[in-house]
Amino acid sequence: MHVDYCEICDGKNIGTYSTASLLALSIIDLCETFYCHLGVNVPDHAMTFRSLCNLLQDSVTPFVVSVHAKECAAVKLLIQKVLEQLMGRGVSVDEEQEDDTALLQRTQCTIIFPQRTESLTNSDLPQSLPVVVIFKDFEAFNSQVLQDFILICSRYTQELPFIFIFGIATSPSAIQHRLPHSVSSLLCIEVFHSLSCTQHLASVFDKLILNSQFPFKLSSRVIQVLVGIFLYHDFSVQNFVKGLQFSMLEHFKSQPLSMLCCQKQEALLSAKTLSKKNVERIRHLPSFMRYVETQEPQEQVQLLTNDEHVKEVCQQLLKNLHKYHKNYYPILQCLHSLTSSLPKFPLGKHIRELHVSCIEKNLWETEEYDSALQLLRILAKDELVAALRKCAEILKSTKILQNVLQQLEDFIGRLEALEEDSSGNGIISGKMEYQRTDLFQLQKTLLEKESRRTKRMNPFEVLRSQVIEFIDSLVREYLTPAELQPLNEVCYYNSSGVLRQRLNVTPRTSIQAALSHPFYYLQNESLKTDAGTISSAAPDLCIVYKLHLECGRLINLYDWLEAFLTVMSAAEDQDTNSEDARFIQAVSEMEFLGFIKSTKQKTDHVARLTWGGC
Amino acid sequence: MALIKCPGYPEDTLRSLAERLPCRETQLATLLALMGQPDQYSYPSVFIYGHRATGKSHVVLSIMKDLELPHASVDCVECVSSGLLFHQVLSAFFGPDAAALLPRCPSLSDFVRLYKQMSSNSPATQTRYIILDRAERMRDMDFSLLPALLRLQELVNDNVTVILLSEIVWEKFRPNTGCFEPLLFHFPDYSKAELVQILSWDHHPSYTPELYASYINILLGVFFSVCRDLRELRHLAVLNFSKFCEPLEKGEAKESDIHKLWKNIEPHLQRAMQTVYLREVSSVQWEQQFFFSPLPVVLSAHAHIELPYYSKFLLIAAYLASFNPARTDRRFFLKSHGKIRKTNFLKKHEKTSNHLLGPKPFPLDRLMAIFYSVVDSRVAPTASIFSQISSLVTLQLLSQVGHDDQLDSPKYKCSVSLDFILAISRCVCVCVRLYRYQYYKFLNDTQPYI
Repeated sequence: MHVDYCEICDGKNIGTYSTASLLALSIIDLCETFYCHLGVNVPDHAMTFRSLCNLLQDSVTPFVVSVHAKECAAVKLLIQKVLEQLMGRGVSVDEEQEDDTALLQRTQCTIIFPQRTESLTNSDLPQSLPVVVIFKDFEAFNSQVLQDFILICSRYTQELPFIFIFGIATSPSAIQHRLPHSVSSLLCIEVFHSLSCTQHLASVFDKLILNSQFPFKLSSRVIQVLVGIFLYHDFSVQNFVKGLQFSMLEHFKSQPLSMLCCQKQEALLSAKTLSKKNVERIRHLPSFMRYVETQEPQEQVQLLTNDEHVKEVCQQLLKNLHKYHKNYYPILQCLHSLTSSLPKFPLGKHIRELHVSCIEKNLWETEEYDSALQLLRILAKDELVAALRKCAEILKSTKILQNVLQQLEDFIGRLEALEEDSSGNGIISGKMEYQRTDLFQLQKTLLEKESRRTKRMNPFEVLRSQVIEFIDSLVREYLTPAELQPLNEVCYYNSSGVLRQRLNVTPRTSIQAALSHPFYYLQNESLKTDAGTISSAAPDLCIVYKLHLECGRLINLYDWLEAFLTVMSAAEDQDTNSEDARFIQAVSEMEFLGFIKSTKQKTDHVARLTWGGC
Repeated sequence: MALIKCPGYPEDTLRSLAERLPCRETQLATLLALMGQPDQYSYPSVFIYGHRATGKSHVVLSIMKDLELPHASVDCVECVSSGLLFHQVLSAFFGPDAAALLPRCPSLSDFVRLYKQMSSNSPATQTRYIILDRAERMRDMDFSLLPALLRLQELVNDNVTVILLSEIVWEKFRPNTGCFEPLLFHFPDYSKAELVQILSWDHHPSYTPELYASYINILLGVFFSVCRDLRELRHLAVLNFSKFCEPLEKGEAKESDIHKLWKNIEPHLQRAMQTVYLREVSSVQWEQQFFFSPLPVVLSAHAHIELPYYSKFLLIAAYLASFNPARTDRRFFLKSHGKIRKTNFLKKHEKTSNHLLGPKPFPLDRLMAIFYSVVDSRVAPTASIFSQISSLVTLQLLSQVGHDDQLDSPKYKCSVSLDFILAISRCVCVCVRLYRYQYYKFLNDTQPYI
């Protein structure tokens, strides 16, 4: 899974690189600079830069340095970092030596470099190899440091060509904000845009989720959680992939029947050798129970009593499930290609939206589907043909559903054959007999005319409605919701709640939960209390926390202590001497957790820092 | 061209020097006069100032190189410590071995001692020059360094002259304690005629110099009012020349047909005006832009930023927190805020535009409170919401006030403009149609403060 993403990344960088190499050969103004304009998320950039770095190293120059803003708070450190990476570890400065010595090598560097490059390059290459410096997070750099570094490099650019690559997350205008004109005029700037992260997400979706190769699937809820985290919070494809990996682990861990979630042959084999326990588990699957209910009474009994029979049925069902998946994705793509060009995108702009609504409910019962079909019904001929051709392409590439493809091509052929016939239609033939009419008569004839016209569709319209019906039948046949398929629990991971809890953590809520319901974490029976009461058996911190919820913005410490003592006195066996100390400790823990802080507004009071939660 | 005479230097070198430094003959002559004959003692320190790209370093270094004078040229940007300066000076005059004798972290007296020792071994037969480029950086170094360098001649008792080059005037350098006053020498800006003369130098080999000169005249006619920087003008000249020559190559016009050429190039130059100084794109991309889009492309600053959904709201909330007085939050962000009397509502000092006063810092709590009321749907206070704030800080869309390490109630400022926020809010409104009305109400409400 991981590898796939890397490939996507590489593909992008090759594109960038080809232009980059072109430019490296062009006239160098002073310092050549590329801006790689990237999205905002940071985790993905590391990977992009690593592969960019490797690519440059392999194909352009061995002198590639990448620096991070955190390491370079001053020019001295930045230069040291660059030199360290350039000279290799062997030449790097001793840590005991002064920092300045590294800087002294700066001047030597210009002497050392041409020699090195000469030894490395063949005589075929007339120009010396450039030094590439990658600034991974341009925005985070101190602008003074950058300015100085660029000025210094510009002095040596005659002997040693420099190429800077700035990774910019916001917009290229950041460069004008960070660098004054005197510095930016030293640069010859080229801007590259990386693909937007939503496009990356789409390709990850295509390769990993909308693919029948992998038996592991996500349910609609889970997809919504993952996509939600992506769109609302971080825009990070890497985190999305991690979420996917996590849900896979979670699925195989929590669902024992996930042993059947593998390639078809293996799954059939393991279905044959199901243990008694697992057969019982299958019987308890909601989807299997639903399946049993649809069978004949005779069969029902068989299914509920005979293990061997269950195993056989199970194999059949697994086969069906695999077949369903094989047919599902091409048809989904076809439907998407048909509807994605419609105005206002009734079924969603992205295929993932369509996928989510398909696997969760009967698509054809939704309003959006109806409106999409309505729009399809008024498509012009050339549009319809083009859309159908696209569908045919998709089906051709998959090599299944040949009969559907056949029918589609048949439709396309018939649509194209319509050329001339359509010209002479739509005109109501027959001569009208003119006669005096009253108003009622007129209305009647007009209505008649109207109804006659609607009845008489031209051949194209007839054919078009046939096509739409055909598509509708396809949708009803193949895009049945996956969550209604028997045995779908084997492949589909659907505990979205767990996923949300793990991936989109809420630290404050969990602290509050721990403090107000200590039983939840400690699992001690004696801690189980009704809501609203404060048990003296709970840890001191929990008691203090619950008491502070009843206070306003300022809390009187003495009142608080009194309340605490009252709660404690409920349990007689405690020794009373240590309670003051325990109270003080609990209060300081509360301060440490950030619920209260000391205040100067009133003596003997502390200020509450959280609100609500009572 | 007035022939520059200066005894002690070969005359033909001087002549070629004068040819290579057009429009700087007077400065060249004065400098040479100041320097005197090679073996004579020169003035201890000279301070040369003038705007960027007026040829200060170029003139001085050309003199040094062409006349083969002993000199050490140091760029003060490189000298993060004074030790590096000493190192470079010594190694230029006496070879790297002498520089290696410097102790670690050398002090000024170390330098003077070593210099004296070396110069007693090899006394100066010609004046030695130390050229300090971007001398304004010296002010950030050791406070005694500049006064000492100014009278270095006295200190080391050697025929040495320090030349300081800077873009700012001497008054900004003068230390409190007073010091030896260097000889001040100003390099004036080039006039328009001089710019034409200099720019015409790099004419294209395949066209006549007259054509190039007329091109430069056209170019300066457009750009001279906004830009007098020689470097920028040269960049522009190179950038647009191919466009200028296009009709010639197609055979539509002749070289004498200046008016037609002017008609052709004028709209392109007007377009180039919009991005003068910006250098957003390289020459290659610039040409491609012309090629593909006939309409003028204004490189918009905000066109490309894409942020996660909640980050946009956080940014909007931060903007509102920064530019609205905290007093009025109740009125804007509470559903039932009650009536507030109009007369009392605006205090006098708040009527002046908040934008003139700049963003104000706000605590994290206020940001989150406004955020929750702006988003309107329920948002759990997840860790990723808070990490989005810190990533906005990294992107410099927000800036943290005070120290980075302050964990307890950090304060922020919003550092983006109204245009940016409007662009973002428009984008969010497209995403949530339901939200549009409310949001515009917000912005309308904030109008008095904008």
